Amino acid sequence: MSDITTVPKPRRNVELLLLILALAVGVGANFLVGLDQDQALDSDFFVQGSTLIFLVFAVHIVLRIRAKHADPIILPVVTAMNGLGLAMIHRIDIATGDQAANRQLLWTGMAIGVLIALIWLLRDHRVLRRFTYISLIVSAVLLMLPLLPGIGMELNGARIWINLGFATFQPGEIAKITLAIFFAGYLSTNRDLILLAGKKLGPLQLPRWKDMGPMVVAWLVSIGVLIFQRDLGSSILFFGLFMAMIYIATSRVSWILIGLAMIAFGGFVAFKLFPHVTARIDGWLNAFDPEVYNRIGGSHQIVQGLFGLASGGLTGTGLGQGRPDLVTFANSDMIIAAMGEELGLIGLSAIVMLYVLLVSRGIRAALGTRDSFGKLLATGLSFTLALQCFVVIGGVTRLIPLTGLTTPFMAAGGSSLLANWLIIALLLLISDAARRPAMTGPISSGRQPQRGLTSRIKALGSKPAKNQDPHRTVEVKKP
Amino acid sequence: MNQAIRNTWVVAIAMFALLFGSLTVVQFFEADDLNANDWNSRTLYKNFDKNRGAILVGGDPIVESVPSDDEFEYQRVYNEPELYAPITGFYSLVYSATQMEAAMNEELSGNSNDFFYDRILQLFSGSQVEGASVELTLDPELQQMAFDMIPDGMKGSIVVMEPDTGNILAMASKPSFDPNVLAGHNTDEVTSNMAELEEVAGLSPFTNPATQSLLAPGSVFKLVDTAAALESGEYDADSELDNPAELPLPGTNISLPNFVNGGCAARTTVDFSFALEQSCNTPFAQIAMDLGEDAIAEQAQKFGFGEAYKIPIPVTASQFPTGMSDDLLAQAAIGQYDVRVTPLQVAMMSAAIANDGVLMKPNLVRTVRAPDLRVLDSPEPEELQRSLSAENAELIQQWMVNAVDRGIANGAAIPGVEVAGKTGTAELMAGSEGNNSWFTGFAPADDPEAVVSIVIEDVNLATGSQLTSPNAQKLLEAVLNK
Repeated sequence: MSDITTVPKPRRNVELLLLILALAVGVGANFLVGLDQDQALDSDFFVQGSTLIFLVFAVHIVLRIRAKHADPIILPVVTAMNGLGLAMIHRIDIATGDQAANRQLLWTGMAIGVLIALIWLLRDHRVLRRFTYISLIVSAVLLMLPLLPGIGMELNGARIWINLGFATFQPGEIAKITLAIFFAGYLSTNRDLILLAGKKLGPLQLPRWKDMGPMVVAWLVSIGVLIFQRDLGSSILFFGLFMAMIYIATSRVSWILIGLAMIAFGGFVAFKLFPHVTARIDGWLNAFDPEVYNRIGGSHQIVQGLFGLASGGLTGTGLGQGRPDLVTFANSDMIIAAMGEELGLIGLSAIVMLYVLLVSRGIRAALGTRDSFGKLLATGLSFTLALQCFVVIGGVTRLIPLTGLTTPFMAAGGSSLLANWLIIALLLLISDAARRPAMTGPISSGRQPQRGLTSRIKALGSKPAKNQDPHRTVEVKKP
Repeated sequence: MNQAIRNTWVVAIAMFALLFGSLTVVQFFEADDLNANDWNSRTLYKNFDKNRGAILVGGDPIVESVPSDDEFEYQRVYNEPELYAPITGFYSLVYSATQMEAAMNEELSGNSNDFFYDRILQLFSGSQVEGASVELTLDPELQQMAFDMIPDGMKGSIVVMEPDTGNILAMASKPSFDPNVLAGHNTDEVTSNMAELEEVAGLSPFTNPATQSLLAPGSVFKLVDTAAALESGEYDADSELDNPAELPLPGTNISLPNFVNGGCAARTTVDFSFALEQSCNTPFAQIAMDLGEDAIAEQAQKFGFGEAYKIPIPVTASQFPTGMSDDLLAQAAIGQYDVRVTPLQVAMMSAAIANDGVLMKPNLVRTVRAPDLRVLDSPEPEELQRSLSAENAELIQQWMVNAVDRGIANGAAIPGVEVAGKTGTAELMAGSEGNNSWFTGFAPADDPEAVVSIVIEDVNLATGSQLTSPNAQKLLEAVLNK
């Protein structure tokens, strides 16, 4: 199935080297921030720098022990982004007197802790396939939590938060992952059914109505999030995630067309019916209309963000030399504008290249891994990252309407950080499976066979093998 | 399945390509427009964090930026604020920048192209670009003298200029104000200070009266008529002009009288010299009606009317009306009706006559220096146009000398020096006591070192004449004694 020759070398030393480079970028940026704000080498810098170094080296060591074939590029890329994010949040803290960088550091620690635990305990991503339907239930619960009175809370117009007492949390961020697991599990099990049935309409093979079920569910979830939680960004994300995964499962363009039609319909109805969607579209199209600009919830934020980007220009003002604090939510929703202001088009392009690299490595893991569950999961998660970047940066640059999504790994926000590091844990595991030397025997990748868990994985891993190539199955059916 | 995954990757890359595109549009192609947007306080904030260059007069900073301990790094400070306010203008968070602060903003803020290499260096060194300093052509002592000559509570302007270079040596106006109250960083305070300033009678903090207020010139406009007459070739030094006590205006039942108190009544025909000495009205009204509106308008234009200048602060265009019937033209010829001039324009007229007919561009900037004292710019004298022939200029010079020696401008006389001058009185409203009282002139007549123009607005005749010619004499004397 995989036509890509796997690299048998673990490449952990490459990772170590890149990691040092990434830390130099992230910690170096934080140093410059302090320098330009005349508070060089304050205690925040040392705490943030040393904690980040300690955490990523811990991950590196865990990878050496438990997943030594994992992609060596992923961790350094994410480290650089998390480090740059911390530096920029620290920089905005200095301007606003906030303590967001230290909160972000705490969440980074927690997220990396969960990542280490996941890699250590899970070892093989295919175990997750057993949780297909549990994931669906968990997703449903997570999505409904913010709607519950008492625990759920509304912030800045969106009801996507729960109050844990000591901190607030966006369960929707985690639901992204559990939904991806559900879709991957469901689609990898049922893809034959979905694939084979259905009428042909010209070059398009239409799915059967009963196979449309999951698509409708995904659509309803997205619309539900849009209506009840007023979260346009997550709504787009969930639906995009599902569209990508069903397309990969079936290779049918017809699904994409149906999906786009559903988006167009849902989007149009939402635009007509829901004021918060109308306001977003209006603020996007007429951002420079004085009336829209001055309206509460109007285009003030996006226009200020554009001013920030513009004042950065090609080379940026330099870290600590701009005024990113003039933009509302500079350290979360608008961190891209802050980065663009101080690092310029050149710096921001480098950051976007990091995302391109990360998404590409995720897709590479999907191509390399041998099980369709892993392929679906890795592509789904990677595509989610790409889509999230597109929605956020596209919103900030006024390419598309602004939605309240976070920039992965950089924006201040614990839930987002935790969820994205979890995605990295899964991508690392899948890449480990992909890059492990191909063995004809049971999957043990040069490691000692494990008891219990691994034997079940073996069973799972071998199961989809008989239907591994959809094209071949279809061809057999042809007269 | 792998092909679908590759396709998905292509879609993801396409999305990133779109992002690169839109980032480039915002940060590169639209950046200048966005930075210039009125809502973009960022540019202003950025400038307030910068060590903006000083404005200097006679080597001393009259405006400078000093470190500030509030949310901005620097505070703009105006030394001797009222003396220079109309020229420096102010640099305010709320009201933006005016006058010199606005006109020389690129240089003062260090944003001009001269700073290209400094900005590249700054990229690597991380240091801030400091703005250039701007040295003005003003002479601090003359400026102070001129300022003190306008009594508090009165409205007036004085301009002293070098006729051969156009350099302005003094430019004072009252009432003035303290720009420091507008340069504060507390926007509420600044707003209420501005409201207070706008209550002050006769004061507009946004404009420089010497270059931007348009006033009726009265008799000083006769210099234009004289030049027009000589340039037309229909008149010369020997021309005999009719000088009736009253000139009936065609198409109306009113007539234009000569100045009652002057010596005009002594003769019924006069030459140019006498008409200018005594500032008789009727000969000039007659000349204008004979030459026609176009000839007068054209001569006015040659003296600089109808054009706005940047010196580099803005100068409003002076106006000579068009499409007048003869009776209105007769009134316009003596600087009434809708003729409107800036005090600087009157100085320019004198300067062109003093400079043998060549009108130089007025100028306020001597040098622009980078923080390392390297000279970035020092404007050369610039010829605007020839206003009249040298011979005719010389004739008018002599007649203006006569006006000081024997005529009604004799308050400007300096013993042992030939002073050329012309007074003017413009009635503001028929029957009211208030006049604009003018003097313009230069000395020494054969090789003029300075031109002086003085206007005191809305005064009675006696006070006005005490404030114009004698003060011009003091200013010219001060220049000659330097």
